[in-house]
Amino acid sequence: MPDTRTRLRAPVLLIGLLVLVAVLVSAVLAGASDLGWQRVLAEMWAQVTGGQSPLSAREAAIVWQLRVPRVLLAAIVGAALAVSGATFQGVFRNPLADPYLLGAAAGAGMAATLVVVLAPAVTGWMVGPLPLAAFAGAIGGVGLSWLVGRSAGSGTNTLLLAGVAVASFLTAIQTFAQQLNTQTIRQVYTWMLGGLNVSGWREVALAVPYVSVAAVVLCLSARLLDVLTLGDAEAASLGLRPGRIRLVVLAAASLATAAAVSVSGLIGFVGIVVPHVVRMLAGASYRVVIPLSLVGGAAFLVLADQLARTIMPGELPLGVVTAFTGAPFFAWILRSSRRRVS
Amino acid sequence: MFRRFAPVLAALLVLTACATRPSEDPAAAPETDGAFPVTVAAPGAPAVTLERKPERIVSLSPSATETLYALGAGPQVVAVDSASTYPEQAPKTALSGLSPDPEAIAAYRPDLVVVYADDSGLADTLATTGTATLVMPDARTLDDAFAQFAALGTATGHQAEGESLARQAKDDIDKIVADTPKRQLSYYWEVDQTLYSTTSATFVGQLLSRFGLTNIADGDDPSASGGYPQLSAERILQANPDLIFLADTKCCGQDASTVAARPGWSTLTAVQAGHVVSLDDDIASRWSPRVVELTRAVSDAIAKSGA
Repeated sequence: MPDTRTRLRAPVLLIGLLVLVAVLVSAVLAGASDLGWQRVLAEMWAQVTGGQSPLSAREAAIVWQLRVPRVLLAAIVGAALAVSGATFQGVFRNPLADPYLLGAAAGAGMAATLVVVLAPAVTGWMVGPLPLAAFAGAIGGVGLSWLVGRSAGSGTNTLLLAGVAVASFLTAIQTFAQQLNTQTIRQVYTWMLGGLNVSGWREVALAVPYVSVAAVVLCLSARLLDVLTLGDAEAASLGLRPGRIRLVVLAAASLATAAAVSVSGLIGFVGIVVPHVVRMLAGASYRVVIPLSLVGGAAFLVLADQLARTIMPGELPLGVVTAFTGAPFFAWILRSSRRRVS
Repeated sequence: MFRRFAPVLAALLVLTACATRPSEDPAAAPETDGAFPVTVAAPGAPAVTLERKPERIVSLSPSATETLYALGAGPQVVAVDSASTYPEQAPKTALSGLSPDPEAIAAYRPDLVVVYADDSGLADTLATTGTATLVMPDARTLDDAFAQFAALGTATGHQAEGESLARQAKDDIDKIVADTPKRQLSYYWEVDQTLYSTTSATFVGQLLSRFGLTNIADGDDPSASGGYPQLSAERILQANPDLIFLADTKCCGQDASTVAARPGWSTLTAVQAGHVVSLDDDIASRWSPRVVELTRAVSDAIAKSGA
């Protein structure tokens, strides 16, 4: 891997941002309903100039209440998962690490299942119980892994194994609860596959604060992650405290992941695929990988969601689209990283 | 081995009249019903031959449970699965219809087990304990449902009741449809709040087609996604259905007000005109005699929409 380039060069960032903007615009212009991109464009122009729009009130609601928030949410979730994935890979020095590694997915899945089973018909809250539970579950899963790992000793491998133990335990609870309530299987399953089809501005408002805070923290920590890749001893010799750094960046990445999971369910592979593409195209330094993963993850998930909502008359689960494109890539990474080791 | 000889041993105990325990064997006093043996099958399911009138029925299908009670076979039912919520007197147990456990079922010593699907070889396993398994698969059409009423009647020794139940349901539905004003209306049928819907290719979709309604989920191919596609909110808003049927009131707490509160949905004609119809999830998803109630609810909604 080329890792001579340690700084993010302005033209690269600019290209990334231009791609993201292009993807966002195209996703807003074309959707599941056939409004005609020229008419949507005219509607936007009318919003800017205060002129006459060709869209009816209902068609305008499709654009502004459904499509625009969905596209934005896809961008936010994609950015959050990709940047978390990049962070996890850095902290664990493991190319296959993903944001769900420390029990975020298992915790969210368990909490979501319990809500579906125990309080299926709770409505009228400002925020639905499902996103809240998923958020709390994801944070709780990671927190538990951290506590278990710390009690067992220091080091990333201990933490990793603690994550495996916690995730298995939480998944067992989830499976048990589901088995006792088989009529809820479809609901839980739909949530697990991930999707943005019932998203609105409320979900955007819910996710933005956490993801922005995490993104800022992670961008600022990129240099520290670069030092960590040298190993704990080297980092300590430079006057850094690896344990403290890991705590901060993992907390930030998990916060972003939890926010993403709570509004979109479990969407796989974004967190693995995007950082690796960035590494291959632009360099392996975290000062490059972190910001470009934000941009690239956003663009990738917006594109994937556009496929999910337009390829068939019905919706395709978003997790299916990302995994369908991500899994072959994942296999390839696995092969090439195995070859490097051996 | 013991299990195979248990009926014989039990019969001996009864014959010698020295047992103080309750009889272990339901077949100790065999029903001399002239109709048996019978061979029955639901459309699309394997045929089953029953030697005797079943006296210990386990139903693992909520629809079949409702039908059995409507037939008057309720007293023969000893256990129903955890999803069989109607009628109330049905002996609900922890048994699962989705992943049936042969040993748990055998504990009820059934002579007939009714399921809606047998993907795991349940029938073969239960056959080794001498229990017959009748599959009553998801009805695809109203006629399938009627045929199941008759089949369950025949299988339980209520042949006349089964046939009359089927005829009655058919006549009732025909009459309701005929008495409902014909209107060119479109509808959206909601299975859950993540916008899963049903097309005209499904049991429910066919019932609503009888009224001349158009289903917005149909698209080019109603059979795509197995007839249960997940729609996008965009598509529903663009289609602007005249009627919205909610089959997710119990599972998911949806009603007219939660629908109106969804982003953009307040622009829908059905929401503005109050044509959002709350249905009982169970009635709306089962192919039991209560399908007549569902037909009536749809008819009422159509009649009201003209006002």
